[in-house]
Amino acid sequence: MKNAPAIFIKEMKSYFTSPIAYVLLIVFSLLTGFFFAAYFNWATRYAGEASMRSLFHNISITMIFVSPLITMRLFAEEKRMGTIELLMTSPITDTEVVIGKFMASLALFAIMLASTILCPFFLIYYAKPDIPPMLIGYLGLFLLGASFLSLGVIASSVTSNQIVAALISFVFLLGLWTIGWMSGAVSSNVSKILSFVSLVDHFEDFAKGVIDTKHVLYYLSFTCFSLFFAVKMVQSSRWK
Amino acid sequence: MIQVENLTKRYSGFTAIENVTFKVDEGEVIGFLGPNGAGKTTTMRILTCFMPATDGTAKVAGYDVNRDPLKVRRSIGYLPENVPLYTEMSVEGYLDFMAKIKGVPRSIRHERVNYAIEACGLDIFRNRLIGKLSKGYRQRVGLAQSLVHDPKVLILDEPTIGLDPRQIIEIRNLIKGLGGEHTVILSTHILPEASMVCSRIIVINEGKIAGTVKLNDGKVAIIEYGSTGKITNLEESGNIYIKVRGPSDKLIPRLKLIPQIVDVVLGQQEEEDANTYVVIHEAGADIRSELTSTIVYSNWGLLEMRPVEMTLEDAFLELIRENVPKEYDHESEEEPELEIEQEISDEEPLNGDSSDEQEIIEDDETDEIKEDS
Repeated sequence: MKNAPAIFIKEMKSYFTSPIAYVLLIVFSLLTGFFFAAYFNWATRYAGEASMRSLFHNISITMIFVSPLITMRLFAEEKRMGTIELLMTSPITDTEVVIGKFMASLALFAIMLASTILCPFFLIYYAKPDIPPMLIGYLGLFLLGASFLSLGVIASSVTSNQIVAALISFVFLLGLWTIGWMSGAVSSNVSKILSFVSLVDHFEDFAKGVIDTKHVLYYLSFTCFSLFFAVKMVQSSRWK
Repeated sequence: MIQVENLTKRYSGFTAIENVTFKVDEGEVIGFLGPNGAGKTTTMRILTCFMPATDGTAKVAGYDVNRDPLKVRRSIGYLPENVPLYTEMSVEGYLDFMAKIKGVPRSIRHERVNYAIEACGLDIFRNRLIGKLSKGYRQRVGLAQSLVHDPKVLILDEPTIGLDPRQIIEIRNLIKGLGGEHTVILSTHILPEASMVCSRIIVINEGKIAGTVKLNDGKVAIIEYGSTGKITNLEESGNIYIKVRGPSDKLIPRLKLIPQIVDVVLGQQEEEDANTYVVIHEAGADIRSELTSTIVYSNWGLLEMRPVEMTLEDAFLELIRENVPKEYDHESEEEPELEIEQEISDEEPLNGDSSDEQEIIEDDETDEIKEDS
């Protein structure tokens, strides 16, 4: 794993030397700012609770659209430029490459999350919210983001076209979100399975401010499995 | 340093290389020569562990490419054909990153990066973004990248493609200078380049080794045929170039009956019915009168005769003579770097024919002109 940091630093530099990181940060903070302002306005008018729960929900949905844009270039760009040949003939393992790239996307996402930090401070200034549920909500978003991004890494590793990579991960994320909607329409056993598969449904407890190891494990294992699969995808490109 | 045995790579539907076997000693500069699509890049990609072979073994610096890919990659510097670079990085940043992932220790990294920058003449562009560099300088950055970790083996896929004549000379001299300390394999289809830089040429055609040509000071010394294993040693012989009007299938066996003649190598068809040949005879023997009388008495027309050195071009054509693929002829016309070679050659090629094979092949003279300039 000693080469993963080199890849990580290179990816971070490349995020911030291209416009992509700045555009994503601006769009994300504008959206979250708007959601928060809308909720804040409603809550003060109708005596709603001073919590971040609604904002966390909105962010979790926004991420379905934003996270494919973070991950789309990771492998697709290297494949298009041919630089993947450099990485694959350097004395580094495919796992190190995948981990380094994933960590960079996760770091960018963490910075995006950090840009919303004004919202809780605003809330603390004007009301008396519970602090722990806010922190748990952020933890949940981070874990949810990790799963979303790991799926995006797979999508990026199967194509040399960034748009295609973004679309693939978007479709899968959308599918994994909306599959939870079906749970009401089917029998209780199937409903449990559907709701278990749905990535966003596991976020419910975090938004409420509850840490359940079940959900933490779910996100962590989803992320690990996706990254493992991404490594296999990168390796398989050698055999083509 | 490099041992390749029976290497075979099959893609679904076609075989890229088949039973490729060769050996490269430490410090040698080897040229991979062959038409486009002959399997040069495939062989190099297997050696650099970019992709696995279907069959056969390859060892680089004592490590097997399948069993110890990381150790193999550590001892190899590789310049892929399309020179992949991170265009958003600066030259120095890029080289530093490459040094890092190639395992250059932090303490000497700066020194190695500086060495690579200076060796490739990139000093003034050290802080320039790679995306803003011209093609020639990008090529140099690619080369610098392959040198940065001081590899034992350098594998360069068409290193002088797209460079201007002055840069070509510089890069060639650089590669030449790397021989001895490093083992170098470079692929090219520019013959003068190969004869200038390399000590031995491996000719690949249609995925098979057509033969090897040992060079001595840029002159063809020993030809070894891949298919038959026949070895022709030109250092212990003299050559006569002849142009004869007559059937080559009858002429060659007839000439071989002359006792001092070692071999007759068919050249190109120059005019209708007329071919050029290189007659290889024992050193010191004067066969000129016997040669002329044999040809004349057989009622063939002797059009030209003079003593020559066998050029790499002749040797190359001899080795790949059997079924030159059609698409090769076609593609070779479009190769841009060949135009460069042609533009700077003031002389007509020796064999001023317009056959397609000749288009990719330049005479040794071309080089000498460039060196002077």
